[in-house]
Amino acid sequence: MANVIRRQTPAARLGRGLLYGVLILAALFYILPLVVMLMTSVKPLSEISAGSLLSFPQNPTFAPWTKAWGEACTGMRCDGVGGYFWNSFAIVIPAVLISTTIGALNGYALTKWRFKGSELVFALMLFGCFIPFQVVLLPMAQTLGWLGISSSRAGLILVHVVFGIAFTTLFFRNFYVGIPNELVSAAKLDGAGFFRIFWRILLPVSAPIIVVSVIWQFTQIWNDFLFGVAFSAHNTQPVTVALNNLVNTSTGVREYNVDMAAAMIAALPTLVVYVLAGKYFVRGLTAGSVKG
Amino acid sequence: MRDSLPMKNTSATPLGAGAKRSTPSGGLQAWLPRLVLAPSVAISLFFVYGFMLWTFVLSLTSSRMLPSYDFVGFGQYARLMANERWWVASTNLMIFGVLFVVICLAIGSLLAILLDQKIRQEGALRTIYLYPMALSFIVTGVVWKWLLNPQLGIQAMVQGWGFESFRFDWIVDPDMAIYTLVIAAVWQASGFVMALFLAGLRGIDDSIIKAAQLDGASLPRIYWRVVMPCLRPVVFSAVMILAHIAIKSFDLVVALTGGGPGYATDLPATFMYAHAFTRAQIGLGSASAMLMLGGVLAILIPYLYSELRSRKHG
Amino acid sequence: MSTLKKTTLALALAGATLATTAQANEVEVLHWWTSGGEARAANVLKELMEAEGYGWQDFAVAGGGGETAMTVLKSRAMSGNPPSAAQIKGPEIQEWGELGLLGDLNGVADAEGWDELLPEVVADIMRHDGKYVAVPVNVHRVNWLWANPEVLEAAGVEMPTTLDELFEAGEAIREAGFVPLAHGGQSWQDATVFESVLLGGQGSEFYQQALVELDPEALGGEQMIDALEDFKRTRELMDEGMPGRDWNVATAMVIEGVAGFQLMGDWAKGEFTAAGLTAGEDYLCAAAPGTEDAFTFNIDSLAMFRVSDDEEREAQQALARLVLEPTFQEAFNLAKGSIPARPDLDMSEFDSCAQQSLADFQRTAEEGGLVPSMAHGMAVRADIQGAIFDVVTNYFNDADMPAEEAAERMVSAAEAASF
Repeated sequence: MANVIRRQTPAARLGRGLLYGVLILAALFYILPLVVMLMTSVKPLSEISAGSLLSFPQNPTFAPWTKAWGEACTGMRCDGVGGYFWNSFAIVIPAVLISTTIGALNGYALTKWRFKGSELVFALMLFGCFIPFQVVLLPMAQTLGWLGISSSRAGLILVHVVFGIAFTTLFFRNFYVGIPNELVSAAKLDGAGFFRIFWRILLPVSAPIIVVSVIWQFTQIWNDFLFGVAFSAHNTQPVTVALNNLVNTSTGVREYNVDMAAAMIAALPTLVVYVLAGKYFVRGLTAGSVKG
Repeated sequence: MRDSLPMKNTSATPLGAGAKRSTPSGGLQAWLPRLVLAPSVAISLFFVYGFMLWTFVLSLTSSRMLPSYDFVGFGQYARLMANERWWVASTNLMIFGVLFVVICLAIGSLLAILLDQKIRQEGALRTIYLYPMALSFIVTGVVWKWLLNPQLGIQAMVQGWGFESFRFDWIVDPDMAIYTLVIAAVWQASGFVMALFLAGLRGIDDSIIKAAQLDGASLPRIYWRVVMPCLRPVVFSAVMILAHIAIKSFDLVVALTGGGPGYATDLPATFMYAHAFTRAQIGLGSASAMLMLGGVLAILIPYLYSELRSRKHG
Repeated sequence: MSTLKKTTLALALAGATLATTAQANEVEVLHWWTSGGEARAANVLKELMEAEGYGWQDFAVAGGGGETAMTVLKSRAMSGNPPSAAQIKGPEIQEWGELGLLGDLNGVADAEGWDELLPEVVADIMRHDGKYVAVPVNVHRVNWLWANPEVLEAAGVEMPTTLDELFEAGEAIREAGFVPLAHGGQSWQDATVFESVLLGGQGSEFYQQALVELDPEALGGEQMIDALEDFKRTRELMDEGMPGRDWNVATAMVIEGVAGFQLMGDWAKGEFTAAGLTAGEDYLCAAAPGTEDAFTFNIDSLAMFRVSDDEEREAQQALARLVLEPTFQEAFNLAKGSIPARPDLDMSEFDSCAQQSLADFQRTAEEGGLVPSMAHGMAVRADIQGAIFDVVTNYFNDADMPAEEAAERMVSAAEAASF
């Protein structure tokens, strides 16, 4: 709404003030939990049990953070959650790359090379978005067993790719639908083939939707717990499993400050991605992904 | 250009897709799209529909801790219908699902419209609204569990300010606890909906708005009559994503209320998990999964059909 | 046996060569000992294994008192590669045994004389089809009442020995400005209080009939209604914020002097110890009111899976043997608050509560009153336990439901659960 005519009456000024007021109130609502997490993670344990959640830290300390990173117990290992980062990255990065690539090719094929039944195929693939993971846990375990890759990194990557394809296809398909077909048909007339057109024409303009897809998949896979705990072995557990072991111990003193610090550490990569790439995210969505 | 679901090729180009070319690799080119799609289709067929079928088969057995193939007809479904906790869970999903989707759409579109008014610091505000989506539901559940705790969180804080009779103890009230789930879920997802709507708004041609303004319409009226109808595809995308979150809601329930007080905040996903795994009742759990998926599909298929039929480009 | 056959066939299809991810001479152990104290105590076992040249692959999964771990275990079993050992307890051991997945520990059992060493009640749980498939780690007592002596003094009350005394003391404590009974409103905690109240009000024979044998007349009869009403009355002793509270937060309420009592198993003692308190002085322990002649037990155990690799099997046998090793038993149980699974240990290091626990254990084993805990998965199958939980927790949270209706639901819970 950049060039819309605006009036400058006092009523309009008041309206403007109200506008900012609402926006700031909303911002407070969204940021409150984060503030609570941060404050709690720097309070010593005595303050937490004594005060209320929303009280300011009197004696802030970073000890909970160092403990969460390198010393907290996640089983018989007491090395904190830091070491599990590598496991998570080793799973997330290949899975994101593979699922994004497949989604891109799918979206391209579904929109620029329409054939009888392509819409139906798309609709059928879309249902993959809705399956709760608990339902597929056991059959997936059996399948991974057949394939011989249960409890391995490859198995986890396969699982995440399989259930990510529905989303990435959705994003790319909606994006490519907004790209004029004339470009593609002109290229076809010139004799260009399937992959050549993709490489030369569609890929260069796909940056925004690639960002959207990567951010979405990264977040989903990084934050996944159920598959991560069921299909990992003792040495390939992702960071969510470590966090769960830290926070959900059945006995023992709950060190809320360490728990919060660990939760923030585990969330750091996704938070960084959202904060830094947030504007590209919206740009990517703007560039046509949401249109019919 | 209209998308249509039935098989007619409505491409406007002289080359209909799928037309066999007389180029050397014309035959291959025609099949390449199908070849490219084939793995994903196969994956879908096996991992989505195949697993759903397997779950259906299991729902007809008396499986307990691990699957067995001792068939008992629809006995598990009968048990499910007589299970009071299942009815609580199903009702909860409807309450939670509808409220969650509607409130997210309302807040998301409102914030997007407000943010679209040439705000200073739009980027910062947008990041603040959007970041909750980066957190896992487990973290969201834990933090909101504290905030809503009567002794430790918001109620305690406001009472500490002097409002002794202030109460906000929904989370310990069996009748109100389900709404705490809505609060936490809306907090997490509405920013994302806002981003979708903002993108959609940015894609609308300003000339339409200016024309309406010149005609004398006020800004709110313009938004309601002119802008929102253009955003129908955005609403579609948003509903798809929100619905998937609502159905899959498991981590949030476990972290925020543990299904409690009692089982007042149980949802079908947690019901299925509790029975299939913790209680070693895979047969019953599979039946609940089938009903849950069935209900979801019953609502989504008509919606999907109507949207894909009448899609318009923005 | 047709169900067994069909399940075994299913597992065979799952590629049940039962190859595990452990290398030779190593065991992969699935457990949920993830808190600092438990980890240190369990580490003793790991070190004992390593001292003998075996490797230990730690596979920890926290959450829900083992719920998540059991889910992961089932997933691993479905994929054909279960871990070498897992922290399975109670009747569930029998279910895994029926599937033919557990290994044979009779070699170790005979060599170490488990038949003589272990109490009969304990040994029964560890055996399936006549052979040992699991090794007990500890014995927890569930029917304890914990108290803060300062709160009791301020209110002018003594440790109650009957339910009526508990309610009277509770009133006095409430008047003095404290919370009488600290509690966390989670279904397993509700069930723990329920079974202790039932045991205290109706006796161990009724407990056995109702919650272990699931006799429908017992479940639906007058005594059950009385027990349910007693249970509902305990709600008056609790504070408003209890729904959803974790059990150790409730224990903290007693430690800090905010609350007077807590009805909880002996793992609560671990919290008191971690806070540097001494039994008998800084905190009091007694059998739950009315249950001095009863002992509700909850036994943690490690079950061994059937493995094809010889070296791994050897490591498993070593693990089983070392679990009952006095060094480990002492270290682990001192940290956890439970008593050792082998009754022949020197208990001088243990505090007064543990020593009383052991004495009561031996006495009730001989005279009767030793009952398995329903709330902790020792008495009935998981699905029936779950159904009972639903009834109990729903009744507890519903102000309007009469005890008669809850009793009816108990009866249908026990019936409907089985198939």
